[in-house]
Amino acid sequence: MIIFQNVTKLYNGNGHGHETVALDDINFHIHPKEFISLVGKSGAGKSTILKLLIGEEPPSKGKVVVGSYNVNKLKPKEMPQLRRKIGNIFQDFRLLPNKTAFENVAFALEVAGRTQKEIAEFTPQALEMVGLKDKIKNFPRELSGGEKQRVAIARAMINHPDVLIADEPTGNLDPMNTWDIIKLLLKINELGTTVILATHNKDIVNSLGRRVISLEGGKIIRDEEEGKYILV
Amino acid sequence: MITTLSRIIKYGLDGFIRNGWLSMATIAIVFLVLIGFGGLIIFNSIANVILNDIQDKIDISVYFKLDSPEDEILKIQRSLESLVEVKTVEYISRDKALDMFKTQHQGDNTISQAINELDTNPLSASLNIKARDLKNYAVIAAYLEKEQIKPYIDKVSYTQNAFVIDRLKKIKNTVEQGGLILIIFISLVAALIIFNTIKLAIYSNRDELGIMRLVGASNSYIRNPYLFQGVLYGLFGGILSSILLTAIIYYIAPYFKAFVPNINGWNYYFSYLFKFALLQIFFGIGLGVISSYIAVRRYLRI
Repeated sequence: MIIFQNVTKLYNGNGHGHETVALDDINFHIHPKEFISLVGKSGAGKSTILKLLIGEEPPSKGKVVVGSYNVNKLKPKEMPQLRRKIGNIFQDFRLLPNKTAFENVAFALEVAGRTQKEIAEFTPQALEMVGLKDKIKNFPRELSGGEKQRVAIARAMINHPDVLIADEPTGNLDPMNTWDIIKLLLKINELGTTVILATHNKDIVNSLGRRVISLEGGKIIRDEEEGKYILV
Repeated sequence: MITTLSRIIKYGLDGFIRNGWLSMATIAIVFLVLIGFGGLIIFNSIANVILNDIQDKIDISVYFKLDSPEDEILKIQRSLESLVEVKTVEYISRDKALDMFKTQHQGDNTISQAINELDTNPLSASLNIKARDLKNYAVIAAYLEKEQIKPYIDKVSYTQNAFVIDRLKKIKNTVEQGGLILIIFISLVAALIIFNTIKLAIYSNRDELGIMRLVGASNSYIRNPYLFQGVLYGLFGGILSSILLTAIIYYIAPYFKAFVPNINGWNYYFSYLFKFALLQIFFGIGLGVISSYIAVRRYLRI
């Protein structure tokens, strides 16, 4: 369960005293195993919501809860535990260029303190799940955009997070690869992981037929089950 | 545990090698600090050896009046020996003094004749007192002023070494204080350079650090490789400075013999070599780790 309760986020305008309102008194709940899309123009507040979720930024007002974690009350020490419950993928993939696909995925296991034996066992499984069994030794520069994103998904999922956050995951991909990635996200969701997808892509949102939260100017203007991408 | 440790070492080494030149420069400055630190320790022990040697030659001689009974003198000797400040008291009787005088001037006919012409022994009995420490001579001198002792005493003489010792001590203190200030100063410079090195290491690792944070690496997991780099700077700096100082000592030890003939400088140093190297390495590691820790706290957004 993810809860945003009266959340306001202000950014300080470089000390000039001009505060920008990124989120304005936001309220919503996300139930476990939901697949929701966050839509809105640039600057509507999508990224801010995602940053608040993983505790990268604290809310100015209100409460953010992820599962049993009250995110704005977490001590720096507890933050890593929260982040292991949340997988992340991005528009720019954020793979390490000097590591192979295997090493990129294994990195997330290393960081979580898993043994070499576990790494040797789980990493190929995760890469197989995203359909990259053959490219296990390739470096990111030897992979297509879609393949890179699939490596990123394997990395995000390898610690079995409760929530997967996808921030414009298809922004750099052609339509074919886009659909592959979306199908993968749906499959992950079916296996029991909450998926939060922030996107600009109207076609995707409309064809998903899932819950859509529409943002504009830091406010929720629409929150519908089986929603559509409608922006004025 | 072992897995975590081996990863800390692996990432630490990665960073160390990736910024190779910077690591070398950092080791060089740690090395300089340790040369200063080690040099000061060596100077201090050389000065102490020389001081002890000279101190050993210093004493107070108390000459007694010719009519002082030997019993009283021996009593005074015993009372002096019971003082904590006193190391040894040597009694030289009138006869012994005369014998010593005669042997000393054996070849000198005028003096021998003059002595032979006297029908009494003109020399006084004396006590040679050595103190445990230089400071104690004042206490002993004061003790000799006491009512029961003073009437028997003819005169008290200090050897002139006291002046030399005082000078030597002053030089030693000045060098130690100056050296300490210098070491603190270069330690600060070293810390700043280590700051900078770690800052650059963090900068060149920023992608990995971002992903580490994202996938939930614990803070210590992110921090420890940099602390390990600090350990490496100290370790290598310490080893290098120990080697250089040992080489220097090896070459200057023969000259040291001119000051203190009864001590072999090289053997003396060699017996402390292990402790000395360990001390240097620990100091280096301490400096490296503390500087790295502060740098990581400042530059690593955890």
